[in-house]
Amino acid sequence: MRDLIHSLALGGDFLRQNGRVSEEPASFNKRTVLSDSLAVAIPVGTYGAAFGAASIAAGFSILQTCLLSLLLFSGASQFAVVGVMASGGSALSAIATGSLLGFRNGLYGLKMAPLLELKGFRRVIGAQLTIDESTGVAISQEARGDDAARFGFWATGIGVYFFWNLFTLLGALGAGAIGDPAAWGLDAVVPAAFLGLLWPRLVDNITLALAISAALLALLLVPILPAGVPIIATALLAVIFGSRTK
Amino acid sequence: MNQLWIATLVSSLICFLLKYLGYRTPESLLNRPVIQRANSLIPIALLSSLVAVQALTIKEQVVIDHRLAGLFVAAIALRLKANFPLMMILAAASSAVVYNL
Repeated sequence: MRDLIHSLALGGDFLRQNGRVSEEPASFNKRTVLSDSLAVAIPVGTYGAAFGAASIAAGFSILQTCLLSLLLFSGASQFAVVGVMASGGSALSAIATGSLLGFRNGLYGLKMAPLLELKGFRRVIGAQLTIDESTGVAISQEARGDDAARFGFWATGIGVYFFWNLFTLLGALGAGAIGDPAAWGLDAVVPAAFLGLLWPRLVDNITLALAISAALLALLLVPILPAGVPIIATALLAVIFGSRTK
Repeated sequence: MNQLWIATLVSSLICFLLKYLGYRTPESLLNRPVIQRANSLIPIALLSSLVAVQALTIKEQVVIDHRLAGLFVAAIALRLKANFPLMMILAAASSAVVYNL
C-alpha cells in the first residue's frame, strides 16, 4: 500500500507532464500485468469483509451495506460514512466526511482521463472504478506502455470491485449472524481500518504532526460539538497545515 | 426515509459524481499546488481523527477501553508490515480478548 501511494504521488507528476505514457512497446505481457493487478485486488477485496461487518455493527442493513460497496465503492469514504453514523452523527456529517474523503478520486480521474480516453457509458464505468488501487496500478505499469497501463487500470478496478463487493456481502452476513459485536472485536475493526488507511500516508514529520494534532483536536471537540462535526473540523486543520508548508 | 438510507444514497451519489467530474474537468482547473496539497493533507486529518474518535469515544465522551488494545496491536502489525487482512484480524482478536476478560 505504501508503494502504491508512493507511485501515485510520483506517477501523478509523470502523467501530468507528459499527458500520457511515452515509449510504447508494441506489446506487453498481459499475464504479468494481470498478476500485478490481482496481487492488489484480492487482499484489498478481502478487506471488504471488515467493512461489511463494521457497517452491520453500525446499524446499517445488509442491503444498505451492499449498496454502499456497489454504488459508493471507495473504502475510506465507506468506512467514514458508517463510522460517523455509528458514533451517533447525523446523515449530513456522514455525507460530508465521506465526500471529503472521496474528493481524491476526482483527482485520480483527472490523471486517468488522457490515458483512458473514455466516452459515454464506458466513462461512467471507468469513473466508478477510479480509486486508489486502480489508479496506482495503472501508474505503476507506465514503463510497460499505455496499453499495459490501461489493462492494469481495468484489471485492478474490476478485480477490486468484484472481490470488495463479494467480501462486503460475506462480512455483512457474518456480522449479522453473531450477537454482540464487541465480543468479537468488531468495534475495534473500524479504527484499525482507518489506521491502516492512514499509515502509508504518514511519510514525514509534517504528515505525522498533522495526524497527531488532528486526532487530539477531534477528541477535544467531541464533548462539545454534535457527533461527526469534530471530524469534519479537522479538515480545516489540514488546510492550515497546507498553507504553512509551502 | 431514515438517516441511514439518506447517508447511504446521498454519499454514494456525491462520491460517484466526484469520480465522474474528474473525467469532465479541464486539467488546469485542479492542477494547482494548493489543490494538490489539500488533496494529500485533508485525508490524513480526517483519517486520523476517525481513528481517534472511533477508538476512544462513546457518544460524547472520551473513553479508554478494549478498543485501544485492538488499535495498539493494529499499529504494531502495521509497523511490522503485516498485510491488511492479518492486521484487521489481530486487532479484532486482541480487542475481543480484552473485552471478554
